[in-house]
Amino acid sequence: MPVRIWRKPLDAEKAKPPCGEIHILKDLCKGCGYCIEFCPRDVLEKSEEINKRGVHPPRVADESRCVVCSFCTAVCPDFAIFVIEKPCEGGR
Amino acid sequence: MMAKQEEMGHPLEDFLRKSRMPHIWCPGCGNGIILHSFLQAVADLEMDLDKTVVVSGIGCMGRAAGYVNMDSFHTTHGRAIAFATGVKLAKPELTVVVLSGDGDLFAIGGNHFIHAARRNIDIKVICANNFNYGMTGGQQGPTTPLEAYTTTSPYGNIEHPFNLVHLAAASGATYVARWTALHVRRLTASIKKMLQKKGFGFIEVISPCPEIFGRRNKMRTGLEMMEWFKKVSVIENFSDPAKAEVSRDRIVVGEFVDTEKPTFEEILYETIKKVQEKG
Amino acid sequence: MSKNKAVLTGEHFLSGDLACAEGALAAGCRFFAGYPITPATEIAERMSLRLPQVGGVYIQMEDELASMAAVIGASYAGVKAMTATSGPGFSLMQENIGLAVMTEAPCVLVNVMRGGPSTGQPTKPGQQDVMQARWGSHGDYEIIALSPNSVQEAFDLTIEAFNLSEAYRVPAFLLMDETVAHMWEKVVIPPAENIKLVNRKKPKVPPEKYVPFKPDSEDLVPPMACFGEGYRFHATGLTHDEFGVPKTDSPEIQFQLVSRLCEKIRRNADKIVKVEKTMLDDAEVAVIAYGVLSRSALSAVKKAREKGIKAGLLRLVTIWPFPEKHIRELADRVKGIVVPELNYGQIVREVQRIAGKVPVVFLPKLGEDLHKPAEILKALEEIKR
Ligand SMILES: Cc1ncc(C[n+]2csc(CCOP(=O)(O)OP(=O)(O)O)c2C)c(N)n1
Ligand code: SF4
Ligand code: SF4
Ligand code: SF4
Ligand SMILES: [Mg+2]
Repeated sequence: MPVRIWRKPLDAEKAKPPCGEIHILKDLCKGCGYCIEFCPRDVLEKSEEINKRGVHPPRVADESRCVVCSFCTAVCPDFAIFVIEKPCEGGR
Repeated sequence: MMAKQEEMGHPLEDFLRKSRMPHIWCPGCGNGIILHSFLQAVADLEMDLDKTVVVSGIGCMGRAAGYVNMDSFHTTHGRAIAFATGVKLAKPELTVVVLSGDGDLFAIGGNHFIHAARRNIDIKVICANNFNYGMTGGQQGPTTPLEAYTTTSPYGNIEHPFNLVHLAAASGATYVARWTALHVRRLTASIKKMLQKKGFGFIEVISPCPEIFGRRNKMRTGLEMMEWFKKVSVIENFSDPAKAEVSRDRIVVGEFVDTEKPTFEEILYETIKKVQEKG
Repeated sequence: MSKNKAVLTGEHFLSGDLACAEGALAAGCRFFAGYPITPATEIAERMSLRLPQVGGVYIQMEDELASMAAVIGASYAGVKAMTATSGPGFSLMQENIGLAVMTEAPCVLVNVMRGGPSTGQPTKPGQQDVMQARWGSHGDYEIIALSPNSVQEAFDLTIEAFNLSEAYRVPAFLLMDETVAHMWEKVVIPPAENIKLVNRKKPKVPPEKYVPFKPDSEDLVPPMACFGEGYRFHATGLTHDEFGVPKTDSPEIQFQLVSRLCEKIRRNADKIVKVEKTMLDDAEVAVIAYGVLSRSALSAVKKAREKGIKAGLLRLVTIWPFPEKHIRELADRVKGIVVPELNYGQIVREVQRIAGKVPVVFLPKLGEDLHKPAEILKALEEIKR
């Protein structure tokens, strides 16, 4: 099972950031907004949709901006969002 | 894109007791962040889940033990550390972690905390400090800031709160840190460090309790509480824990103690060995 | 013989406290957590000396709340564990006694009873905690309590307490009078192989099939996995289902759990209860006594017989579960019952409840020495009339 570690490569400045595939377990979301607010790249936004818990879960506004820092995953109190690294399409 | 969101499970799902999820905590509650951080540390360290025991007391954070996919025990209010002491000494090969609240660990259970720290017994304590008694509806407690409003300090709190990291350091803990729920990466790193060390370790996590504490103190949402942490937190690693304040205007976070000294079990088992050799 | 043996086979001259400690070691106890208190301190002292010799752990905790919690922790980690205390400490342990009942943690608690309430009389004997032993923690529950009347029995019944506690996954108490605790007598410790030991039932299923609080149907006791054995179970003091999941809103589960916790003791009471009957076969009057008072009672009964009074003695070795059946049988046959106690009326109420119309004479005693046989004899003579 892949468990991502937050790691900052030593050559972070030079290396290209990876690309992310964001997974939102919508019905677990309680709508606190932490992932949206604290994503350093503004990848997420509030959706219009109302989930089983009666709140608006986040949705991906622009996945291509994601740098897989996994902050959203770590700050989500409800285990409702996670990000997997994927090959960058067309490079970045 | 929609399909993939449903089909994959959360990377930490094997560390959670699936049948118990979702947890009972309110929206924006920091307890879930702390639990996540702990499990992330356990995952990163590839710890043996069969040999890790999580003990909690009573309170919102006290429910944490029920959610981990490990041996776990939900004790009476305040007694998690005392129970954990029995576990650790009876089976020293186990990693014993206490996850509990500030009231549980420092009001009703305060005596056990200082004595476990004094003994330097190899137990790891992570405290969700939400400045009040969440589970019982938000009463004043030993960490409630002066002047804060709670259901039992309707005119503002008139008691001085504990400085938990100072208390832990003075009691003899060999690892002491404080973070807020917003410092998730540092928190996880800190938990990993503590788990890899021997001896009594303590991490305080300043945690948003928007539903109960925030509401009465002009922070209606978790976001507002987290913004407060962001605004006033300063990292001062290895500064004097006595001066590590937690106030409206300043929250000092960081690692405060990271030292070595023989643990209680080391001395205990050494003594037993000597006694047995003498015959 | 090496002193590092757990079972000190042979003849010894010991106090009740020391014999109790030796009984614990012989029973397989390898963990003691306690806090000093007269008149139980010698048990802790002996354990601090002896446990390291046999590879066990002694820890002096910061108070009795912690001691009881640590004992439950050690028990869940798979080690036979005990604590020893007296009245004030017993009061502090009550909440976690409830936790041990609710989570079905085998453990032994020795209460060397002194005079209360409060700090009371630290060095005087008392039997004032027998009801607290039964009802001291909140909620409905059953526990097991034994009452030795000699130093030999302090040894034997401590082993018995461990065995019962392991068999029924319930806290077992040794309610020892201060007099027995501090009296010195000859004790015979048998060879280890002659001591019958009971260990908790272990699960026979793999972890994925283990249901931690699902009882076996014959004895209502669930097999017990311990921490670190790979079962990854959860236990809680909250009302829980058979999986250990809190179910605090369900009246059905609350009923199911609480009734089982009680029934596993009640239904097995015949197997648990021990009494000693002396000259009861043709008795017209009887004494019901427990602990050290059974010694005075025995002399009184013998003296009564010398005087031509058909008296007998029912000694309660087990106090809880209450030996109702034996008392009912007795009440069916005798004209009167005398109950001496070192308190202001505790077990006598249970006796009265069961004895029905049979007159019950209560002899209280507080704060001084024990009942003299003559006092009990006088009561027997009066009730005979
Ligand atoms: C002996 C006892 N006293 C009081 C309570 C009621 N009680 C339950 S939780 C709690 C406070 C918990 O506060 P804290 O440890 O800060 O946890 P939080 O809910 O804030 O996470 C209290 C007083 C209890 N369960 N047991
Ligand atoms: S991984 Fe980082 S960049 Fe990507 S969405 Fe989450 S917080 Fe934003
Ligand atoms: S952090 Fe989690 S619970 Fe909060 S809005 Fe994002 S997905 Fe929902
Ligand atoms: S009351 Fe506070 S601490 Fe308890 S679950 Fe709600 S937000 Fe969390
Ligand atoms: Mg709290």
